[in-house]
Amino acid sequence: MRYTLLLHYPEASEEEIGREAIEAGMAAFRAYADSLDAAGVLRSAEVLQPSSASTTVRLRDGELAIQDGPFADTKEQLGGTFVVDVPDLDAALDWAGRAPSVSWGAVEVRPCAVRYIDGAWQPA
Amino acid sequence: MTPAEAVAAAARRSYGRLVAALAAPTRDLALAEDALSFAFQRALETWPRTGVPEQPEGWLLTVGRRRTLDVLRSAATRTAAPLEEADLARTEDPSDPFPDRLLALLFVCAHPAIDAGVRTPLMLQTVLGVEAKAIAAAFAVPAPAMAQRLVRAKRRIRDAGIRFEVPDRDRWADRLPPVLEAVYGAYAIGRAASDLRGEAVHLAALLADLVPDEPEVLGLAALVHLAAAREPDRAPLPLDEQDPATWDRALLDRGEVLLQRAAAFGRPGRFQLEAAIQSAHDARAVTGIVDREAVRRLYAALVRTAPTLGAQVAHAVAAARVDGPDAGLALLDVVEGAERFQPFWAARAALLVDAGRTGEARAAAERAAALTDEPAALARLAALVR
Repeated sequence: MRYTLLLHYPEASEEEIGREAIEAGMAAFRAYADSLDAAGVLRSAEVLQPSSASTTVRLRDGELAIQDGPFADTKEQLGGTFVVDVPDLDAALDWAGRAPSVSWGAVEVRPCAVRYIDGAWQPA
Repeated sequence: MTPAEAVAAAARRSYGRLVAALAAPTRDLALAEDALSFAFQRALETWPRTGVPEQPEGWLLTVGRRRTLDVLRSAATRTAAPLEEADLARTEDPSDPFPDRLLALLFVCAHPAIDAGVRTPLMLQTVLGVEAKAIAAAFAVPAPAMAQRLVRAKRRIRDAGIRFEVPDRDRWADRLPPVLEAVYGAYAIGRAASDLRGEAVHLAALLADLVPDEPEVLGLAALVHLAAAREPDRAPLPLDEQDPATWDRALLDRGEVLLQRAAAFGRPGRFQLEAAIQSAHDARAVTGIVDREAVRRLYAALVRTAPTLGAQVAHAVAAARVDGPDAGLALLDVVEGAERFQPFWAARAALLVDAGRTGEARAAAERAAALTDEPAALARLAALVR
């Protein structure tokens, strides 16, 4: 089964937590992605820019409403996604528990429903 | 044995095992239950003509598997969902009772990704085949609400992709306690709803058969047997007021054996302590007396291991039996968060009466009475402060 690991955590800038902490975080994510890849379960991995760079679009009364900022203004923001292909939820939870950001945020584990491949939506 | 009796016997013996075996390849418990009831129906129609097969469970499993495939195939023509036919069609030695599948199902029902409140109902339904209506009555919720909860939990197990395997032993420290909690939940519910009491004993015994080498599993089974032996009537009296002649000797004996097996591991725990307390009361059936000092010590150990409100209140009462009401009241004074816990106020009222503090006893009894609508409990409180 395919699962997307959605990494939510409070955003912190380099000024707030220091260069060292940022670098340690990057090293931890590098090692995490390496071990997912080595296990052959990694399908994609993206770490997102801060939500301050986010723009949100809605269609309201026939008009596009474009708003600066993220979809929800919460303390914890979506910071990255990892798509993994593993046998079951328990395996996905094991990987989620090893994500570096579990110690400062939360990892949501969401199963895939369908995927668009070769011009058609297909079961995951 | 008539064919109908053979069907009923197979259901009683193997319901959970068959559901577990049918659900493992698809993780779809609702589908497995439907396929199994189809198989039971088929058996009722077929066995009177053909005779009861040599391996009734194997027969039921084969028919259930075919039914599962049929349902998935007709769904597949609509959604093009892939089928794992090889896994479904795999033949299993019907004499093998696939014990691991059933244990895996218990772990699925008590999976951390499943809401704690629905774990016990899930076990009662999928492992023992108890109807949602009976579970709803025991949990005092409307039947449609309970049915809805069960449907949602099963859908979640399937959609989230929960593993249908027994976790590795090194995970048991985390994964086994919720299983024990859920089985204990069946026992706690069974105490109030006597219709489910037998089911709780069955569930605990089953777990002890599957995991004979974990002392707390055996301790829980011992507890459930010993307690069930003493509650044959619908409105259970306090232990001290019960007539040991009404206790179920066979259940008591099985409970004592389980407790001894648990104790042999030398790793005490909450359920073993609770069972040992039951066992100490049990002695009254033989010797006519209870070793109250032993009971007090066991409760003290229980409060250290699992400081639930119930254990703390029972500890205070046990201490009062040995050292007098003031010792019990002193222990009650340090209990926190018992404002709405009925047994706390009932115990306090009784100990205050014993201490000769009638005015305060009356106030405590009023608070206890306001927290229950059970006629027997209300009558006891009224008699206490009369």
